[in-house]
Amino acid sequence: MSGPLEVQGLLSEAWRLALGFVVGLLFGFFLERAGFGSARKLTGVFYLKDFAVPKVMLSAILVAMVGLLTLGRVGSLDLDLLAAMPTYIWPQLAGGLLLGIGFVVGGYCPGTSAVAAASGKWDALVFMAGLVTGIFSFAQLFDRLESFYFSGDLGDVTLADWAGLPPAGVVFLLLLMAGAAFWLIGRIERRPRKDEGDLGEHTRRSNAVLGVGGAQS
Amino acid sequence: MGMELKPNRRSSRAYWAPFVAGGALGLTLLLTFYLTGHGLGASGAYTAATAALLETVAPGSAQNNSYLGSYITPGRSPLYSWIVFEMLGVIVGGFLGAVTAGRLKGQIERGPSIGRGSRLTLAFAGGLVMGFATRLARGCTSGQALSGGAAMALGSWAFMLAVFAGGFLAAPFVRREWQ
Repeated sequence: MSGPLEVQGLLSEAWRLALGFVVGLLFGFFLERAGFGSARKLTGVFYLKDFAVPKVMLSAILVAMVGLLTLGRVGSLDLDLLAAMPTYIWPQLAGGLLLGIGFVVGGYCPGTSAVAAASGKWDALVFMAGLVTGIFSFAQLFDRLESFYFSGDLGDVTLADWAGLPPAGVVFLLLLMAGAAFWLIGRIERRPRKDEGDLGEHTRRSNAVLGVGGAQS
Repeated sequence: MGMELKPNRRSSRAYWAPFVAGGALGLTLLLTFYLTGHGLGASGAYTAATAALLETVAPGSAQNNSYLGSYITPGRSPLYSWIVFEMLGVIVGGFLGAVTAGRLKGQIERGPSIGRGSRLTLAFAGGLVMGFATRLARGCTSGQALSGGAAMALGSWAFMLAVFAGGFLAAPFVRREWQ
């Protein structure tokens, strides 16, 4: 059956919601297995200590991207029926900057905080309360933010449109760039560290407290 | 929350290799696109929860709000939506992942040189900034970075670069929270 199923009216409301729960279940389980229920692991990238975040994110995006193009090519998925992703460049850049700051201060993002809270992290639960408060603040200020919220409207523009390349060409370039990024990460990971003793000592201590061994990093 | 591991359980399972976990997440995202025509998300569920909470505390306050009004359908809770069901799945999936790996443990995660109160305060502050940011950017690391990134949306890739820039800029100021 060619997808997307929901857009073609092939899913009842009950199936739509049930399958939403199922893909969420997989999403949450794999996030946990990636180590993304841990704030110290998630923020490690910003101290050049743990590169799971860029590695997992880039590989997930590239697998899905190549999958979308392949399914489109063989006729199993009508790419024209996918939801449009409009670009409003200014609020997206400003929102991204703020989100990055919130990420390293709070330790999580919306999806990973749910996984962390489900694994017993009280700080994740407090973070989630902060999320709701932040969304409420945005809604209260929306009248004043509205013109900025709709600024930099570039329409449903993709990297391929922007670069004037076929989608497969963009995938090829992104694979090259990801390869370069992974090579650079590998160099940083292999470099000798002055402060390794510190972190190792703390990890051993916290592992003793947690009753776990070898889980961190 | 607060559950103890079995006393005789000494070690938790190792995390998956990043590329294995990334591949599994990528295939989950692809499946979501195939089923629904859109990607995975997270912050939208918190927005629905915010609208639902407001409607419960002060009926009409979300409906009359210029931003949250679109989340309200008369006669139907904002929680009765795809993204909320998906996030319920994330919570259950995360819980099952933690249980089966021996990682379910009540704790406040923090670095060695920060107290519990400071960590919780920063967790709330970070969440507040991020909640605001997700609305400004029209999504978070799931909806914008992962889903929009896979769909090659220009704004999503710009967003992703800005997220890393913001994180690296702020990191030195909260180093003691983590390292």
